[in-house]
Amino acid sequence: MEKQSSNRATQLIEGLGSSLRRCICSVLSVGPVPKHIAFIMDGNRRYAKKQNLEAGAGHRFGFLALMNILKYCYELGVKYVTIYAFSIDNFKRRPEEVQSTMQLIQEKIEGLIEKESIINRYGVRVHFCGNLKLLSEPVKLAAEKAMNATACNSKAVLSICIAYTSTDEIVHAVEEACKEKRDEFRALDKSGAGYGLSGLGENATDRNSPLIDTADVEKHMYMAVAPDPDIIIRTSGETRLSNFLLWQSSSSLLYSPRVLWPDIGFWHLVRAVLDFQRNFAYMEKKRKES
Amino acid sequence: MAVVPLRLHLSFTSSPRHVSRPSLGGLLPSLSSRSFFSSANNGPPEKGAILNGTPPAHYAAEDSVALPAGLRRELMPSHVAVIMDGNRRWARMRGLPVGSGYEAGARAFRSIVELCCNWGIRVLTVFAFSSDNWFRPKVETDFLMGLFERGLRDELQHLTSAGVRISIIGDVSRLLKPLQVLLADAMETTINNSRLHLIIAVNYSGQNDIVQACQKLAIKVKDGLIEPEEINEFLVERELETNCTDFPHPDLLIRTSGEIRISNFLLWQLAYTELYFAHSLWPDFGEDEFREAVYSFQRRQRRYGGQKS
Repeated sequence: MEKQSSNRATQLIEGLGSSLRRCICSVLSVGPVPKHIAFIMDGNRRYAKKQNLEAGAGHRFGFLALMNILKYCYELGVKYVTIYAFSIDNFKRRPEEVQSTMQLIQEKIEGLIEKESIINRYGVRVHFCGNLKLLSEPVKLAAEKAMNATACNSKAVLSICIAYTSTDEIVHAVEEACKEKRDEFRALDKSGAGYGLSGLGENATDRNSPLIDTADVEKHMYMAVAPDPDIIIRTSGETRLSNFLLWQSSSSLLYSPRVLWPDIGFWHLVRAVLDFQRNFAYMEKKRKES
Repeated sequence: MAVVPLRLHLSFTSSPRHVSRPSLGGLLPSLSSRSFFSSANNGPPEKGAILNGTPPAHYAAEDSVALPAGLRRELMPSHVAVIMDGNRRWARMRGLPVGSGYEAGARAFRSIVELCCNWGIRVLTVFAFSSDNWFRPKVETDFLMGLFERGLRDELQHLTSAGVRISIIGDVSRLLKPLQVLLADAMETTINNSRLHLIIAVNYSGQNDIVQACQKLAIKVKDGLIEPEEINEFLVERELETNCTDFPHPDLLIRTSGEIRISNFLLWQLAYTELYFAHSLWPDFGEDEFREAVYSFQRRQRRYGGQKS
C-alpha cells in the first residue's frame, strides 16, 4: 500500500517535471534552436570517486545521464546529437578499465534498439563514427546491428563517436579522397581519354584546380552524416577539445560547465541554448559572409 | 578598467556584449577613410608614429627575469597561441575610430611578445588575420595591412636583436607585393634566432591548412611516392604550415573579448590544447591578464585521454 502511494507520488512528480520541461522547451523554441549539439561526457570516473563507488560505476550513472540529456534534446527539437563515447586515446587506460567500459558500451548499444528505448520513441537514427576496426568483434557487431535496426528512422540522428579521434578521422578522409582520385585517374587512363596522369599533375599545380579540395575531404569524414555542431558541451570544467570534432568545431559555441557528466541536467542544456540564442544573430551574419 | 579573465563556466553570468550584440549586428558604421585614422590629419599616421607614447619594449636577458608571483618556470607552456579579438569593440566603446582599436591592439601585441620572451615561452602564434576577415570593409582591411606593414618595419630590427624568429603562416599571395617582400625578408633575416619563435597567421584558415597538407599528400600519391594506405597523422602533420616549428601544438590558446569559439584557427594543432577565454578586449590584455591565463594553465591537469598520473 505504502509502496503503491510512493510510486504514485514519484509518477506525479515526474509528470510535473515533464510538463514544466515541455513548457520551457516551448518558450525556448520561440528563438532559434540549435540543430546539432555535441557532448564530451567527461567526469564519470571523478563522479565515482566522489560518491565512493567502485571504479566502473561512474560510467553507468553517466549512461543514465546521457539518456536524460537525449530526451531533453529531442523534446527541444534538436535534430542531431553527437557524443564522444570512447576516444582512441582511451585505449591507453588500464586494460581492466578499457574492458569494463567496452562491456558496458556493448550492453548499452544492445539496449538502445529495444522496443521501449528512447531511440525508437523519438525515431532516432544511430550512427557509429570512428575507426570501428579497433573495436572487439562483439562491440563491432552490436554497433552494426544498431545501425541497421535504426536505418529507417528519420526524425533525429544520434552520432556515437567510438574509437574516434578527429585527427584519425581527417587522416581517414584524406586517405579515402586520395584513393578515390587515384581510382579516377586509373579509370581515365584505361579509357584512353588521353588525360594521363601527368596531365592531371600539371592541373594539380594550377591554383584554380587542386587535386583535392575541402569538399573531397569533407565527404569522407565519419561525421559527414551531420552538419557542424552549433554547440559543443564538455562537462567537468575542463576546457579543451581532446581531439574531438576539430574540423567541425570552427564556428561552434563552446560551453564548459563544472558539473561532472553524471550530474548534468536539463538546466545546463537550457543555459547552453540561451547562450547560443544570444550569439545567433552574430553567427548567422558570419556564416552568410563566408 | 577592471578586466577579469572569464572561465567558460562563468560565461553566462554577465556580458553586456551579449546584450548589445543584436543591436550592433556585427556591422561597422560606414566610415570615411578620413575618420578611420586616429589622428586629426587627413592621411595615415607617419612612419614610426604607430606606437607613439609607449616606452620601447624591454627584452631582458634570458632567465634573468623573475616570474610574477604564482607562476612556475618549469610549468611554463612551450607554445602559446592567441586570437587577438576585440580591437574594434574596444574603439567603439570609447567612441574612437576603429583604426585606434587596431593601433591599441598593436601595442598589446608588442607587450605580449616581450612577456613571452621574458618568461621563457618558446613559441607564440598569433591570429592576426583570418581568411574570413576579408569580408570586412576594404578601408578597414587596407588600414590593417598598412598598420601591419608599418609595425613590422619599425620593430623588425628590435625583434631581430632580441632573438625573435619570425614565421608567417597563411596564404600571403593575396597581400600586396611590398608586404609580401617585407614578410619574406623578415623570415629570412630572423631564421637563425632562437629565443622566441613568433608565428604570425595572416590570411590563415585552419581548414585550408589541413586541405593544403592533403593536397601535397595527394600529389605524392599521384606521383607514386606513397600509397593512400600509408597516409597517417605524422605525414599530415609534416605538411601543415606549422611544420616550421618543433612545437606545432599550442599548449595554451587564449582568445580575448569573451567569444567562446575557435573560428577556424589552428584546428588540427589544437587537439589537446588548453583553451582559455578571457573577457578583456585585446587592447586591454596586458601582463596581469596574461599572468592569469598562464596561472590557470599551470593548474590544469592534462591527461591526453589516458589516466590521471
